[in-house]
Amino acid sequence: MIRGTVVIAEDICKGCELCIEACPQESLGLSDKINLKGYRYAVLVKDNCTGCVNCALVCPDAAIIVYRQKKPTKTAGPQVEVPI
Amino acid sequence: MEEKAEVRLMKGNEALAEAAFRAGMHAYFGYPITPQSEVIEYLMAEQPSHPECVILQAESELAAINMIYGASGAGARVMITSSGPGISLMQEGISYMSSAQLPCLIANIQRGGPGLGTIQPSQGDYFQAVKGGGHGDYHLIVLAPASVQEMADFVFEGFRLAEKYRNPAMILTDGALGQMMEKVVLPPKGSLPYPEKPWATTGKTKDRERNIITSLFIQPEKMEQINLGLQAKYRQIEKEEVRYETIAVDDAEILLVAFGLTSRICQKTQQLARERGMRVGLLRPITLYPFPVEPIAALAAKVDAVLVVEMNAGQMVEDVRLAVEGKCPVQFKGRMGGMIPSPEEVLQAVETIAEKQHAEL
Amino acid sequence: MDIPPLTNGYEIVYKKPQTLTDTPMHYCPGCGHGVAHRVLMEVVEEMGIQDRTIGVAPVGCSVFAYDYMNIDMQEAPHGRASAVASGIKRVLPDRYVFSYQGDGDLAAIGTGETIHVVNRGENILMVFINNGVYGMTGGQMAPTTLLGMKTTTTPYGREVKTAGHPLRITNLVAQLPGACYVTRQAVHTPTTVRKLKKAFRAALEYQQKQQGTCFVEVVSNCPSSWKMTPAEANKWLEENMFPFYPLGDLKLPAQSN
Repeated sequence: MIRGTVVIAEDICKGCELCIEACPQESLGLSDKINLKGYRYAVLVKDNCTGCVNCALVCPDAAIIVYRQKKPTKTAGPQVEVPI
Repeated sequence: MEEKAEVRLMKGNEALAEAAFRAGMHAYFGYPITPQSEVIEYLMAEQPSHPECVILQAESELAAINMIYGASGAGARVMITSSGPGISLMQEGISYMSSAQLPCLIANIQRGGPGLGTIQPSQGDYFQAVKGGGHGDYHLIVLAPASVQEMADFVFEGFRLAEKYRNPAMILTDGALGQMMEKVVLPPKGSLPYPEKPWATTGKTKDRERNIITSLFIQPEKMEQINLGLQAKYRQIEKEEVRYETIAVDDAEILLVAFGLTSRICQKTQQLARERGMRVGLLRPITLYPFPVEPIAALAAKVDAVLVVEMNAGQMVEDVRLAVEGKCPVQFKGRMGGMIPSPEEVLQAVETIAEKQHAEL
Repeated sequence: MDIPPLTNGYEIVYKKPQTLTDTPMHYCPGCGHGVAHRVLMEVVEEMGIQDRTIGVAPVGCSVFAYDYMNIDMQEAPHGRASAVASGIKRVLPDRYVFSYQGDGDLAAIGTGETIHVVNRGENILMVFINNGVYGMTGGQMAPTTLLGMKTTTTPYGREVKTAGHPLRITNLVAQLPGACYVTRQAVHTPTTVRKLKKAFRAALEYQQKQQGTCFVEVVSNCPSSWKMTPAEANKWLEENMFPFYPLGDLKLPAQSN
């Protein structure tokens, strides 16, 4: 599974929950704390984000940055596990 | 090809239109209404010789003034013309442009009102022109031509003042001046330079912040500052841009005050009065805003009485009274609804004042 | 907003476009305006036309659009955004010009301008946000308010007898020969957002071909005036707005040879 993550600008988020609705992984939820505007803001609640960007697409406040694990390049040699 | 000044016999409306091309107008948006439709007709007919200039007949005066707003905000030199009812429709846009500080030239070829009124000449829109006209505290720079020559000249002056002060300017004239034909000397094209407009919305390039044209300042503190800025601008205009003309005022006992068409009538009255041995002078405000307060006040201290002549129920007379401040009696002679007073009719009013003054002596 | 340093082995796949300012938007939670603003500005950024794009904001909730869009903008009187945009485009024909209006602005007070701008085929993009209500003034009836829909001026629901029918102005506009591309989109799901972005991109590209007016309706929500949560509002939108305002293209540009 492709791994991803999000960074949500908690001061900008208005807690509309549309990202929570849009997330196919149910990775997002509302914070227990409130932000400066008085909203409970969106936070990652599970470590299963795939970086699909659905949350950012529906975010009315452009508050979400989405990251995704880089795909291994085809030209690179076989991945080698480095012993600890 | 270098263009030169040219002498022509033209209608006032045509002279205004031709002058706009020669003054380097970029865009005109208008809507037909009598007695000013010759302006857009002339512009449309001549446009092929001025391919750089946009001439568009809008679907209404409301749309036209908002096209003017957009084009002016984009940095263009723009003009719009109409008459009474059409100018009333434009007032919203004119108020917005005054607040957003957008230069434009508006010509009101006045007709008789109120309402749909008549298509005959009038000066009934004086208050609307000089006091603002729409909502909020603002002023237009108002020029009142009295000849076809000035219909052309004030286009140049109107554009220049509008751009200098980033403020709408208005040529307040009437159906008679718009329709009558006189000799006019037209200045050459390209003789009015374009000022820099760094505030225009032409596209945000990397070397500058974005430009915003707006009249919305929702914070009262900010709105007050904007208003104070506008008022400071108006004070500067009042200080620097007053224009007027006087005839035979040095020894005058009775001072006629009239603008535009009525000043032409009063010029004749003034001659007739002198022929009859009455010492009558004439002051013609050329700028109605800023109003020539000080020259009128100075003359009021010297004359026995002032007679204000207008084609309305008495509008400029209020500004004259404010300028005179009780230094002498201020009388009014007016005709309304498209009626033009004759020089003899005005002379009768002068004679009545003269008799009264002598009786009091 | 500061972008945190790249996590080891991760790359950024979505962030706010540089064509939006850092000013937080004033819209209510869940309002579709924010998404529409962002998507439009994403297209401007991706096309590399920030320095050639001029927008016109309306009167209504999106009156402050110029605070958020990092481009040159003008704020128009109520209903007149498309006339203002026409004025800009006529004197700067090589720029990308768009107007952005709500339903009250575009389809009530500005109906005359809307029809005539499209009928003249002005080469501008008209963005029309339709949420069936006057949001800014507190939830009054709009021309697009659905029958039976309660607003502060139709407290018992809109009735044909007194308030007439909801106006499908986009269908009206699509009939005009000056229209180049007319489409109805939405902003409430990832799929509709992606489609809207394609529509904006197409509309701005057509503008350069000078084929006429492009008109993009966005059927949107108003959780505050509808008195619903954003999620409820978007569900209500699907169930009530879409049947009357179905999504899809109403007019496509004529194929040029």
